[in-house]
Amino acid sequence: MKILSWLKDNLFSTWYNTLLTVLALGFVYFLSKGILVWAFTDANWDVIPANLQLFSVGAYPRSEIWRVWVVLYTVCALLGLSGGIWGGLPFRFAIGIGSVGFVCALLPLFEWATRGWIFGNVALLGAFLVLGVNVRGLVSKMRPWILGAWLLSFPWTLIMLRGFGENSVLTTNWGGLLLTLILAAVGIVFCFPLGVLLALGRRSSFPAVKWVSTAYIELVRGVPLITILFMAQIMIPIFMPNVRLDKVLRAMLGITFFSAAYMAENVRGGLQAIPKGQYEAAHALGLNYPLTTLFIILPQALRSVIPAIVGQFIALFKDTSLVTIVGLLDLLGIAKTVIANPDWLGLQAEVYLFVAVIYFVFSYSMSYVSQKIETALGVGKT
Amino acid sequence: MDHLENAPNDPIIVCEDVHKWFDDFHVLKGITTSFQKGEKAVICGPSGSGKSTFIRTLNRLEEHQRGTIIVDGVELSDDLRNINLIRQEVGMVFQQFNLFPHLTNLQNITLGPIRVRKMTKSEAEEIALSLLERVDIVDQAYKYPSEISGGQQQRVAIARALAMEPKIMLFDEPTSALDPEMITEVLDVMRELARSGMTMLVVTHEMGFAREVADRILFFDEGAIVEDAAPANFFDNPQHERTKLFISQTLQH
Ligand SMILES: Nc1ncnc2c1ncn2[C@@H]1O[C@H](COP(=O)(O)OP(=O)(O)OP(=O)(O)O)[C@@H](O)[C@H]1O
Ligand SMILES: [Mg+2]
Repeated sequence: MKILSWLKDNLFSTWYNTLLTVLALGFVYFLSKGILVWAFTDANWDVIPANLQLFSVGAYPRSEIWRVWVVLYTVCALLGLSGGIWGGLPFRFAIGIGSVGFVCALLPLFEWATRGWIFGNVALLGAFLVLGVNVRGLVSKMRPWILGAWLLSFPWTLIMLRGFGENSVLTTNWGGLLLTLILAAVGIVFCFPLGVLLALGRRSSFPAVKWVSTAYIELVRGVPLITILFMAQIMIPIFMPNVRLDKVLRAMLGITFFSAAYMAENVRGGLQAIPKGQYEAAHALGLNYPLTTLFIILPQALRSVIPAIVGQFIALFKDTSLVTIVGLLDLLGIAKTVIANPDWLGLQAEVYLFVAVIYFVFSYSMSYVSQKIETALGVGKT
Repeated sequence: MDHLENAPNDPIIVCEDVHKWFDDFHVLKGITTSFQKGEKAVICGPSGSGKSTFIRTLNRLEEHQRGTIIVDGVELSDDLRNINLIRQEVGMVFQQFNLFPHLTNLQNITLGPIRVRKMTKSEAEEIALSLLERVDIVDQAYKYPSEISGGQQQRVAIARALAMEPKIMLFDEPTSALDPEMITEVLDVMRELARSGMTMLVVTHEMGFAREVADRILFFDEGAIVEDAAPANFFDNPQHERTKLFISQTLQH
């Protein structure tokens, strides 16, 4: 009954509302019918499980796959610990990831060994979650340590994946979703502080700082990412012949420096919205510039531009697919190689749809988390 | 300015020929005056006469271009160390409260003591709670500024300034943004503060408050002090035409 009255109130309240509803439903039916019929009848989905490892890690050698698992275990442990100690949103996030992992481990999508690894991950996450909840009250000042551990997990991940000596895995073999996620994570984590600094620089009262920041932002925003990626691959070796930078590292630098310029403009929007009275009140208390910026201005400025910042992160995540152009095989790059494989000829639609779904799942998760953060921070906002 | 000669000569603020321009607009045209320790001075005058600008130069929210200002023995100059030193000695309360909306009322008050005075969190909270008690709103400590009334916000702002244990308090029209029924609660807090012996400079149009609390009333017009007298003389025997006009206008309503 409730559903019926909801339908009546929201979809069929007037004749033109009814018309719109019918038209919209027709449109959705028209669109999805074709896709659904195709997906369940014609489509040949064998291509996905057969290439699952390629999609996940690219050409990463099978004998060294354990390194990827070690990294995942580290992340899961940290995630569990953070969720346990913080509670609230991080807690629910950890639970969410754990549940997804658990379901994946149950479904017969993967080989037995893989399902075992995933199950181990879920167990570890759960264990650390419980640990975190229990140490929450005991140890004070845990949070800065956890944040530090997250930061350290970056070099740890890169070193772990790369390895040393004869068993090391060249970054040219990194690929698939693994490469996409690493590029995105590095880009997001480093473009953010850089963007904040550039935004502050652009508003600085020191002319030199101001002009350098402004020039950087405007220059980078005036050039497409592809150009910057090309420049990072081709120009750096020309200008600095003695510096031999890793190809993946160059892509990371390109993505980070590119996104930082956009991040700076987003943050600047937030800074501009802060009333002058906030600076005056802070100064009147004797807070100097760094303290005022850190404790008064940035917390307010950033929270007002969370949607823009997350939008920027999502764009960055999707833009990592451009690295195929400089010869890296990220998720999209791998998809192309799979399609080019004579064994799987003519399966573009299946492969691209699969890749699109993966991108969507990650992008939408970011968007969802951002909405939750906004609501959580909504308290005390004027 | 004859009463100055009778007062104990222990000035905490000394202004010598202070001038300020906004671009080529001359806002302060040679302010020379001093304020004694514990003195309560009310500053009034027509809109745009430079009252706010004047008290804001005293903690360097505005920079003066000529003359000297000495606060508690320290001259205000470009030296950032002096500026931050003076700002710790001088509390300020604004017309628009300017509380930090992302912090609770308690955190608004503890921020300065923790970050500037390097107190521990528990010390600072203890002080903050006793100040909130003093301004009569302890029960609002864990709310955000947006969740309390204007009068309550202004009292939090006063507590925030007091938490730095300043020697001087500046008030820039502290009740002008408040609904009439909330003005009294803020003025009561200021009266109590005056009784405690705080040095206070108050820009206000509340003439009742001025008559009752002030040791001295300064009348500003077009960037200069035109009248500077004890309240009795100021209201009953003003010397200048501008002052007479102002008093007759303000006392009408
Ligand atoms: N930042 C500024 N830039 C330019 N002009 C300013 C600035 N601040 C104030 N003024 C001008 O300086 C003059 C004095 O301003 P001030 O705020 O000191 O006046 P006031 O006496 O406090 O007036 P009110 O009673 O309206 O608050 C005004 O004409 C004002 O327009
Ligand atoms: Mg004013």
